[in-house]
Amino acid sequence: MNGLVYTRFELLRTFRNRRFWFFSLGFPVIFFWLIASPQHNKIIPGTGLTYATYYMVSLASFGTMMSMISTGARIAGERQAGWTRQLRISPLSVRSYFRAKVLTGYAMALLSLALLYISGALLGVSIPAGRWLEMTGLIIVGLLPFAALGVLVGHLVNTDAVGPLMGGLVSILAFLSGTWFAITSGFLHAFGQFLPSWWLVQARTVALDGHGWGARGWITVAAWTVLLSVGAFWAYRRDTGKA
Amino acid sequence: MYALHRRLQDKLESVGLDLTPINKLAQVNSGVRLEGLEKSFRGPTGPIRAVRGIDVSIAAGETAALLGPNGAGKSTTIDMMLGLTKPDSGQVSVFGRSPREAVDAGLVGAMLQTGNLIRDLSVRELVTMMAGLYPNPMDVSETLAITGIGAIASQRTHKLSGGQTQRVRFAIAIVCNPDLLILDEPTVAMDVEGRREFWNIMREFASRGKTVLFATHYLEEADANADRAILMAHGRIVADGPTTEIKARVGRRTLRATLPGIDPATLAQLPGVASSERHGDAVILSCSDSDQTIRALLESHPEAKDIEIVGAGLEAAFLELTGEPDLEDAEVPVP
Repeated sequence: MNGLVYTRFELLRTFRNRRFWFFSLGFPVIFFWLIASPQHNKIIPGTGLTYATYYMVSLASFGTMMSMISTGARIAGERQAGWTRQLRISPLSVRSYFRAKVLTGYAMALLSLALLYISGALLGVSIPAGRWLEMTGLIIVGLLPFAALGVLVGHLVNTDAVGPLMGGLVSILAFLSGTWFAITSGFLHAFGQFLPSWWLVQARTVALDGHGWGARGWITVAAWTVLLSVGAFWAYRRDTGKA
Repeated sequence: MYALHRRLQDKLESVGLDLTPINKLAQVNSGVRLEGLEKSFRGPTGPIRAVRGIDVSIAAGETAALLGPNGAGKSTTIDMMLGLTKPDSGQVSVFGRSPREAVDAGLVGAMLQTGNLIRDLSVRELVTMMAGLYPNPMDVSETLAITGIGAIASQRTHKLSGGQTQRVRFAIAIVCNPDLLILDEPTVAMDVEGRREFWNIMREFASRGKTVLFATHYLEEADANADRAILMAHGRIVADGPTTEIKARVGRRTLRATLPGIDPATLAQLPGVASSERHGDAVILSCSDSDQTIRALLESHPEAKDIEIVGAGLEAAFLELTGEPDLEDAEVPVP
């Protein structure tokens, strides 16, 4: 019950944060228009997808990943302000605290996703409604590891380090996962499939032929979710000195 | 007092009385009870024993000051009372419950030593959010009014002055309508005027039958706002009692009078005088019992003028109690 109040104000705070509007919402949309609009109907070789479709999902995965991990920046800031300690001497349970952080991350991610979908549609991306939904579902599931990663980073790293860490991490993951250009063969292709962000970007294959992740994708995402959740819990305990 | 209680308990038990029901009752009625509390931290040169065995109980409705220099262990003790830090050994009971249970029941409100407000909310929104976390909160508007922040209710929390921020933090501490209010050096960021107002508000709130414990190293704050002072040094309690009693125990009073031409050595013979000096026309007598001294002085030297008697204040009492170099293992007996 009290968790709902907390979640409501968390959302309000995040919506009022200008950095969020720029990095998580504005940045991916601007990049999408810059990259995709000049040749939006052209097919990218080796993918079967148009520039518009390819970069719509690529930048959606980038933006949503950023939204989820930015939970870490908010947590780090609250820790530095001593606010986490203030919350710990309130009846707010650890579970409600985590739930609020993850739900806020998801709300931001869905907003980012919606903006990219609208931009895509304006540039002529046309996918059957069922496949839109399926793709969205895969992205939502694919974000689970990043929800845990946000909490992990937030409780592990201080405010000075959290910005560069997040920026660097998302950039590397985006590069290795085929956000900026298609990786269709070779070592990077083999290696990328071990990353959770790879499968986030791969949600776009649904648009092509309705082909989802396959067992390998589900296992990879599940494994990272478990691993990072354990890490997040460990970081929280280490940070607060209690279960 | 707690030690006395325990001694009595041992006596009664030794003659075969079963005290279980009485103890249960006492536990519910007592506000806060700390028993054998110890806590060490890892330091660069080995463990730092921040708290080295604390036994104290604070009765419901009492206002107690936890007094001591930086590093005395005040904040660590408070953290253990709030359940933020787990003691290495010993027990904390708050209204007969564990700290966590007391916090969950909304019985405890606290203003921690360090802490800023989260940004991007107005003062009213922040207090409303915190009220929403508790089972029986106070009305938000009432809380804002009590703490004198009604006028800044719509301001964003990151645009407040230091003093305003402290008041909002105080509002957050009391919005749950706690029975126990804990304040860890609450007036650090405030100017003199802000401090005075803050303590007025605090005393007003405490008068609603609240139990209050505040940590401070401003001795005059303890003197003016607490019924009782608990002095800590090096992780131990070195004295505990009514603030007036603590001053009387160690604090001498200084008697000044204009009394030309009298040999200070003869004044030193007066009852209750510990030492005497002369500065020009004035004599300054350091008294262990100033009441006796003043009576005797007026009898023997009725011409004395401009008489002033000044208490030594907790500052002097405190230096005397904690300033000893061998405190490391010395225990100052607590009456």
